[in-house]
Amino acid sequence: MADTAQNALSGPQGPKPRKRLSRNNILIYGTLIVVALYYLLPLYVMVVTSLKGMPEIRLGNIFAPPVEITFEPWVKAWSQACTGLNCDGLSRGFWNSVQITVPSVLVSILIASVNGYALANWRFKGADMFFTILIFGAFIPYQVMLYPLVIILREIGLYGSLWGLVIVHSIFGMPILTLLFRNYFTALPEELFKAARVDGAGFWQIYWQIMVPMSLPIFVVAMILQVTGIWNDFLFGVIYTKPDLYPMTVQLNNIVNSVQGVKEYNVNMAATLLTGLVPLVIYFVSGKLFVRGIAAGAVKG
Amino acid sequence: MTASDPSISIKNLDLSFGAVRVLKDLNLDVAQGEFVVLLGSSGCGKSTLLNCIAGLLDVTAGQIFIGGQNVTWEEPSKRGIGMVFQSYALYPQMTVEGNLAFGLKNAGVPKDEIRAKIARAAEVLQIEPLLKRKPAALSGGQRQRVAIGRALVRDVDVFLFDEPLSNLDAKLRADLRVEIKQLHATLGNTMIYVTHDQIEAMTLADRIAIMKGGHVLQFAAPHEIYNRPNCLYVAEFIGSPSMNFLDGVVSGGSFASDVGSFALEGYGFAAEPGTAPAVFGIRPEHIASGAAAAEMPIRLDSTIELVEPLGSDTLARVRVGEQKLWVRMDGQASVTPGSALPIGFSAERAHLFDKSSEARL
Repeated sequence: MADTAQNALSGPQGPKPRKRLSRNNILIYGTLIVVALYYLLPLYVMVVTSLKGMPEIRLGNIFAPPVEITFEPWVKAWSQACTGLNCDGLSRGFWNSVQITVPSVLVSILIASVNGYALANWRFKGADMFFTILIFGAFIPYQVMLYPLVIILREIGLYGSLWGLVIVHSIFGMPILTLLFRNYFTALPEELFKAARVDGAGFWQIYWQIMVPMSLPIFVVAMILQVTGIWNDFLFGVIYTKPDLYPMTVQLNNIVNSVQGVKEYNVNMAATLLTGLVPLVIYFVSGKLFVRGIAAGAVKG
Repeated sequence: MTASDPSISIKNLDLSFGAVRVLKDLNLDVAQGEFVVLLGSSGCGKSTLLNCIAGLLDVTAGQIFIGGQNVTWEEPSKRGIGMVFQSYALYPQMTVEGNLAFGLKNAGVPKDEIRAKIARAAEVLQIEPLLKRKPAALSGGQRQRVAIGRALVRDVDVFLFDEPLSNLDAKLRADLRVEIKQLHATLGNTMIYVTHDQIEAMTLADRIAIMKGGHVLQFAAPHEIYNRPNCLYVAEFIGSPSMNFLDGVVSGGSFASDVGSFALEGYGFAAEPGTAPAVFGIRPEHIASGAAAAEMPIRLDSTIELVEPLGSDTLARVRVGEQKLWVRMDGQASVTPGSALPIGFSAERAHLFDKSSEARL
């Protein structure tokens, strides 16, 4: 009996054996490694250069690791580098950027999420028209609106102030964020909304107690989009503020592009890395939620 | 309000989505404490009607009265209704207790009263051990119980069920069906229940409203609907497998079709027609076969084409001339396809419908 059972099991059985080093795998991993190196090489050069002293840089071996590691360029970039009349480094720009980014992100996400919620669940008259206009706004080139916005801000007395820039960022974030939130809320089961209405909850109660707690992923996505977008913005920053209030990106440009004196490559590299640090940290901290939210918000609905 | 007043009264209700008229001049009165099932195939407007009663859809025309009050323009929460949804619609980030308390908190009920009401509802539904759990940690049946509890705690007069059992497996569905019936017997509230499942409708309802195309075709007790369907659609819709139909002509108390002509002795005509094209209907379970067929006033010879044994019953599709009929027979009957089977039935159990108007004759 046992013998016949054994005999019955000749030929392929159990898990299929896989070769580690098949042609396919070599091709796939080879390509991935080359592409990864291609992207990482500039970063490597930046990090290495920012840790060298100027004499070492003048030798010209940009790929060589630093012989003598120094953090001097980082300190200088942060607190001593000169832009125009100020010589207090990037720190001023950093704090300006924080003061611009935090309120802009909060205001734009708050308004856009309420917009999206109203568009998805409270189908008021003309909702489709309103939505179309809003999305259409996303396709108008920024350049067209620059000058009118200068005039508007001047008339309401906010031109050249941080708050003026906050308003501009909040407005320009509106179309894409509203679309994002609307799609996410549309994908949530409609019966939840109905049940809450039967339970006597109003517009704001449903928003705060039912919708918001279910929407963490999409809020994270919106936050990442806005933080990186606003932090990296250069155009609005340079137009709608004045030198004292320039955001970090504008200040970085002024440091790197300054024409007097010796080009301090190590300071420039350190300054650039410092400026890019905030979006980078945001990505690392919330990467998983980001992917989940993008999938939920964009694909469904 | 007296006890004889209807609990829910729908008057000339119309609802259109753009150019599509979903509900057409619909009238319905539901008595106090009655269990009414809205039954129909998908797209007949039954869920739409329920949403109108709940106030989740704005009506285009007409009025809705609940408990004698005109609630046509009222908010859902002000109508004295509780609603149970097909997908349960439990708030996922709240515990079971939070779900039950949400409606009461919104209504500003004091805290200890909320606690007392939740305790009572949890006892009725036997969900006390689940109160601290999140909906994600519950099974389908438990979730649906919590959803019912959410309506229960609010002490409403009217319960609305929107296909509450459709997401459950067959066994659980049968169990919860019994529980809902028990709940209705205990509470005595008016309940309106939407389903496309005729077994749920037949077992639960005091009265069934069969809907099609935005109209109520027949609104009567299950027994009446089964025994005296008032039109061809209802006759075909209720019963599984559905009724057998023969086309023919009725004239002078007899019916002539291509399987032969037979007298309609014992059939209760609503109004005796003259000569008119008609449809003759007989349910598979009202066709006798084998030896019992000999005792029937109408007898035919048939050939068995197909047999479906169900255990308790056996269904057979037989052929009489060109006509195919379903016959339900005893589960122990031994029949084989291809053999001959004498069948017989009585006009007493038959149904006759006008060919053009499809109304019962």
